[in-house]
Amino acid sequence: MKELSRLKRVLDQGGFAVTAECGPPKGADAETILKKAELLRNTVDAVNVTDNQTAIVRMSSLAACALLKPAGLDPVLQVVVRDRNRIALQSDILGASALGIRNILCLSGDHQSFGNQPQAVGVFDLDSIQFVQVVRTMRDKGTILGGETLTKAPDLFIGAAANPFGDPFSFRVIRLAKKVAAGAEFIQTQCIYNLDRFEKWMAMARDKGLTKKTYILGGVTPLKSAGMARYMKKKVAGMDVPDEVVKRMESVPAKKQADEGIKICVETIQRLKEIPGVRGVHIMAIEWEEKVGEIAERAGLLPRPA
Amino acid sequence: MITAERKPIDEIRAMIAPYKRVLVLGCGSCVAECAAGGEKETGMLASTLRMATKMEGKEVIIQEKTLDRQCVKDFVILLDDVIDQYDAVLSLGCGAGVQAVAEMFSEIPVLPALNTEFLGETREQGYWVENCLGCGDCMLHFFGGVCPLARCSKQLLNGPCGGSREGKCEISPEVPCAWQAIIDRLDRFGSLDRLEQIYPPKDWSRKQGGGPRKIMREDQQR
Repeated sequence: MKELSRLKRVLDQGGFAVTAECGPPKGADAETILKKAELLRNTVDAVNVTDNQTAIVRMSSLAACALLKPAGLDPVLQVVVRDRNRIALQSDILGASALGIRNILCLSGDHQSFGNQPQAVGVFDLDSIQFVQVVRTMRDKGTILGGETLTKAPDLFIGAAANPFGDPFSFRVIRLAKKVAAGAEFIQTQCIYNLDRFEKWMAMARDKGLTKKTYILGGVTPLKSAGMARYMKKKVAGMDVPDEVVKRMESVPAKKQADEGIKICVETIQRLKEIPGVRGVHIMAIEWEEKVGEIAERAGLLPRPA
Repeated sequence: MITAERKPIDEIRAMIAPYKRVLVLGCGSCVAECAAGGEKETGMLASTLRMATKMEGKEVIIQEKTLDRQCVKDFVILLDDVIDQYDAVLSLGCGAGVQAVAEMFSEIPVLPALNTEFLGETREQGYWVENCLGCGDCMLHFFGGVCPLARCSKQLLNGPCGGSREGKCEISPEVPCAWQAIIDRLDRFGSLDRLEQIYPPKDWSRKQGGGPRKIMREDQQR
């Protein structure tokens, strides 16, 4: 039987897609991944598996995706260009497709200086846009870089990330356009806390006709505490957490902050649903996967299509 | 130019500890410009080492000399008359200088007193910045004269990444975002449309595809 991307099907059929993020463990324990799979089952269409996120060594995203697939989930393989050259990247694409993985998200990756291996060499042989183009050519033309033909082309739904909150703002939509031109069929954005800026970015994307060429999923991350809000604001690269959000988190007692974070997240999703061109939501509940179901429920995203 | 910085004095002292007659050898080129290995720095290092060995009560001969260029055979050969007086050379040349001296005098250990850093420019007095990787296939004309390979932390040819914030790189507020600089320059030339084009993967074979590189020019050979 031909394996299909559930994410692609939901989007192609016009549905509002829901994806979540699943971080692999800092160890060789398959159980952790499978436990997270149970938390996410029936609450989302597909599950993104992060690739050594923030440059911290974890179980490989390819292996974790291979564990999720037989558990009945539709994994999105995240691959960063930080750690692999073009030989390894193309090889992993073939392996992923052979394992039945049907979605890929092509990323630059957080710089190695952020993680627990700051002495590592940063590879960056391809950049994320070139990587999208390479995967697209492998799939559509059945060739690798340099033009050699594959015995079988990989079958993957190809995605890329976008950060509407990076600078310079005027360039952000040009970059999105480049990713779409390179072949990105879906886009998952950086966590959205500044909805006004996100709406401006979406308007620019619509003006350029990009929402007709790619599916844009807005990224959200529920805040667990006011401390986390402050940390995200100050320390996390490419993040835009407005003062109002930090103040709102600080305005409730510590015990209630997690609930407030969930509430903000649900409200954000509800607003995202109203923005023309937003075709889904990507819920990145960092080490808080158990809350994804509740968020999806309260945001009116359940049940998911079978 | 090639930039370098002197190694910590303890590391240098440990390196020369086994030797009794040491030539401290400076270089008057790049490393003089970046105030790491010129005549002045060579003299200062030699006196520091003489003082240190004296305090320890050791009998060590430490003398100094500076060549115009340590990386050019024609200059290195000037050591021919004096090299036998020593049992080690402590070089304040860049990595290429150290190896050129070692190549010519195979009987004597040549030790590096500097850490060679990068190809860069003297931005202002006491401030040097990296701006060239020596990739073998210059693309500066596409990027407004700012090299994204040398100056973007992720070597993006299609940047900037999402971590560019107010002109700074995500890795540190001390690091300027090369892509912000590229955009600003192209904007001035009215060439922002170049940013819409996708630059293909870099051909790294010009840098490392043939192993260690060399340049052979018959018209220059004698």
